[in-house]
Amino acid sequence: MSNFFTNITNFIQSTSQLPDVESFIRKTENATVVCKSCNSENSKHQLLRNNMICPQCGKYFRLGGKERVALLADRKSNKEMFDNFESKDFLEFPGYADKLEKSKKSTGEKDAVVVGTARLGGNEFAYFVMDSRFMMASMGSVLGEKITSIFEYATENNLPVIGFTASGGARMQEGIISLMQMAKVSGAVKRHSNAGNLYVTVLTDPTTGGCTASFAMQGDIIIAEPKALVGFAGRRVVEQTTRSKLPDNFQSAEFLLEHGFVDAIVPRENLRETLTNILNIHSGKGGRE
Amino acid sequence: MTPYEKLKTARASTRPTGSAYVNQIFKNIIELHGDRRYGDDAAIYSGIGYLDENTPATFIAIDKGTDLQTRLAKNFGCPKPEGYRKALRLMKQAEKFHRPVICFVDTLGAFCGAEAEERGQGQAIAENILEMMGLATPVITIVIGEGGSGGALALATADKVYMLENAVYSVISPEGCASILWKDSNKVADAAACLKITASDMREFKVIEGIITEDFDNFDKMCKSIRHQLKKDLKEFAGQPTSQLLDNRYHRFRKFGNFTKIEEQDNI
Repeated sequence: MSNFFTNITNFIQSTSQLPDVESFIRKTENATVVCKSCNSENSKHQLLRNNMICPQCGKYFRLGGKERVALLADRKSNKEMFDNFESKDFLEFPGYADKLEKSKKSTGEKDAVVVGTARLGGNEFAYFVMDSRFMMASMGSVLGEKITSIFEYATENNLPVIGFTASGGARMQEGIISLMQMAKVSGAVKRHSNAGNLYVTVLTDPTTGGCTASFAMQGDIIIAEPKALVGFAGRRVVEQTTRSKLPDNFQSAEFLLEHGFVDAIVPRENLRETLTNILNIHSGKGGRE
Repeated sequence: MTPYEKLKTARASTRPTGSAYVNQIFKNIIELHGDRRYGDDAAIYSGIGYLDENTPATFIAIDKGTDLQTRLAKNFGCPKPEGYRKALRLMKQAEKFHRPVICFVDTLGAFCGAEAEERGQGQAIAENILEMMGLATPVITIVIGEGGSGGALALATADKVYMLENAVYSVISPEGCASILWKDSNKVADAAACLKITASDMREFKVIEGIITEDFDNFDKMCKSIRHQLKKDLKEFAGQPTSQLLDNRYHRFRKFGNFTKIEEQDNI
């Protein structure tokens, strides 16, 4: 009997935890989205119900931070944090101020990362989600400060961190200060790790440059979305250096798996289940049948 | 000198390379090879020796080579993943035996070849930066020529960083910047100016602790004063418990960032 009740309770709990995609859809404009891969047209709402995967060709659309959390986390569990930073054109770099304004307008975000806490199957975790629609999620002061802050918060509160990476690399408009963000975030990752906390990275398309050369590759467990581009140097640069044509799968998630640099490739529709399982295994909870 | 002139000076083939500094500054040198995983990267000259008779230390230098043959062997000072892994191996060894690590940085950047990607160039750099953040022994880095992006930071996540007066330190090569932003590689001089890459810029940003005057005609004298500075810094570190050293290192990097903080509003 007690087993029966446990099962029922678990079942009710797990369904009441499912992401509330419909309420996110109600707040989202139902624009038509053209798939760059197969040119098919779908409504935004249709795509959201399909994990932002093209129903025609299976292409993964890139996700913004809010979308990612809405599709993944337990309903009503999301608390966005450290949202009070804005980038500054402190080098008076040509074109930077305009680019920032444009990205702010088109994404509705202040910069290229969203951080906060949420739950997965009841497990509380801290997250950061990089948003490649905002200046290719290049890594400026704001991005570094927000990711560092969420790691510090997670360390203080003994929370695991799940980080969704996507980046074109450094934000050169912030010069050397952009490079320093790699060390700054790494310091916070190290402290979080030394305290015995779990860090999972999910590499999404595209994760490159200084992001790959720092916190993207520092996870205890590194997951990648299928076919995501992940690498250090740009493909064109490598081709010029090597003076040869590279294979099609070069720097893909599959290429990294083959060479031993990611733990697993997980399709988007299975991501919630896999991440929940990983959090459970590290939470001291028993496994479920 | 303009930033572009400094860039050209920093890259000049007549400048002393990493190994020249090591051989002048250290005594009883033993070079230590290999990453114990894949191979030995000649772009990194590393090993152990004495700074003075009482101070053993580990040295790790990126070396560009002095003639065509050595430059080719050293990949013009662009380290491969096995080079960064060799460096990390020696840092861990230094930590075990409680000796400081002195790094000399001179690179356009980490090597960008297909095999470097296959062997995890990004992962190698990421691991160095992460581990250096927790390395329980002092690390001092001197940028002697070019400090090229992540490939430099992988040896510069240090307690103190110095630069030679005509060295440069940059998040991206000015060539790369010009070609991405303006699709015009002829705008290198403009990019060099916009990026702020000179030693005095770095001191203003507090990215470095000091600037070393160049005097290549009296190289032994110049190295003597570098050794003097290193010993002075190490003496300062010797008086600190490890926890303090690591805490200071954390905050040395934690402070970097220039942004606007919007004050939070009460009750929305």
